[in-house]
Amino acid sequence: MSKVVERSQDLGPCIPQNDDDLIICRCEEITKGEIRQAVHDGMYNLTEVKRYLRTGMGLCQGQTCSRLVRSIVAKELGISPAELELTSARSPARPIEMQTYSNEVW
Amino acid sequence: MKNHAEVIIIGGGVIGCAAAYYLAKKGVKSIVLERNEIGYGGSSRNGGGVRQSARDPRELPLAMHGAQYLWPQLSEELGVDVEYCQKGNLRLAKTEAHLKTLEKLVESSHSNGLDVKMISGDEARQICPYMSHEVIGASWCPTDGHANPMLTTLAFYKKARELGVRFITGENVSEIRKIKGRARQVVTDETIYEGDSILLATGYESRPIANTVGIDIPMQRILLEALVTEAQPKMFDQMLGTAAADFYGHQSKHGSFVFGGSTGLEPYISEQPYPVTTSFTASSTCRGIIKYFPVLKDAKIVRTWAGWIDDCADHVPVIDQIEEVPGLVLACGFSGHGFGISPTVGLLLSELVTNTALTLDIFALRYNRFKARA
Repeated sequence: MSKVVERSQDLGPCIPQNDDDLIICRCEEITKGEIRQAVHDGMYNLTEVKRYLRTGMGLCQGQTCSRLVRSIVAKELGISPAELELTSARSPARPIEMQTYSNEVW
Repeated sequence: MKNHAEVIIIGGGVIGCAAAYYLAKKGVKSIVLERNEIGYGGSSRNGGGVRQSARDPRELPLAMHGAQYLWPQLSEELGVDVEYCQKGNLRLAKTEAHLKTLEKLVESSHSNGLDVKMISGDEARQICPYMSHEVIGASWCPTDGHANPMLTTLAFYKKARELGVRFITGENVSEIRKIKGRARQVVTDETIYEGDSILLATGYESRPIANTVGIDIPMQRILLEALVTEAQPKMFDQMLGTAAADFYGHQSKHGSFVFGGSTGLEPYISEQPYPVTTSFTASSTCRGIIKYFPVLKDAKIVRTWAGWIDDCADHVPVIDQIEEVPGLVLACGFSGHGFGISPTVGLLLSELVTNTALTLDIFALRYNRFKARA
């Protein structure tokens, strides 16, 4: 977690790619190009990209796209995907109606 | 020197990022040190309220300055849509006791110059038609609003970074050191940074760091929780709260509803090493919401989360230069309502650090105001 990361690295220009229009996060319809641009905007880890673009914030909560997002961000930063932690998994595991959720009494 | 800047800012939350931005605007270069990621703490975990109503009179001027002069232009200024929506705040009452609570808050805010008033349940339902008839009255402040806290924090970060501020994440600060009587060095696990001034803004963690130069602020860490629904059709723009404090929230630009709530048990569940949700808070919040907004009972919750607030002994922040430690400026103890005033605080901090005239009088927020009872 606490690897020191300098945030003003020179990543070079964000050169457009042929598949930038490819949708990576299907729930929130975020494209590969948007994710690449977010890295150049300074979002150097998956949590910041998520909060900046909403990748993994939709109905599936990143269960579909998180590894894809990780590989795109890693490639843009020139590091191994293993160096990037996935975002925190949050309760509930599946979307639940408020009415049903409210039945839980402590 | 590589690790030297005019100002070292400890804490990459919304306060540290905003201060870095307003300093950069004045041409002052800073280095921001953050232990986790940008906006790790309350900056990304709060409910997004940009509220003046029901503020303590000591911090009300900060909220009013922000709502009038800073928030409306912020998206344009920072080049990121921070989803600021200034369509008012309704604080709801279901009982006579609730109404009395609200009347007192309204009277206090009104006497300090805020446009806020009591309205009937029916008037409240005209503003927001989805409320149940259990609501018998509300306070109404038309110039309140909400924004996206994650985007606001990252927008300040992005713009400050573009203006040449150096951000370094993964740096765990252990100590501030004085050289010849002035705060000068910031010691991390990896290295030592030096600044002509140091700004400390790390929420509750400000306390142990300030302790290393002999300063202590009475505050405690309290765990609060929030939740978000799947996107719903557009329903209303207002920020909502209740006199009973059982929930607060708003509909985001995305369509999802973001709600926070408390159970009254928070002080007894706050001693965990990480901010994780409990099994009972989200369901309690859901029960609160459904009583006021039965129409939302079938909306699905997709995510819940938790975060700590740095609750100060008198529930308003400390924003001040430290007399005993020249060169040190402290901003902490925001007590769960720091996000709404963060642009104003960033501006004031840039003035404190550079010793220039302050936009607002913040004497009431001084660090040495806490006194023992006898």
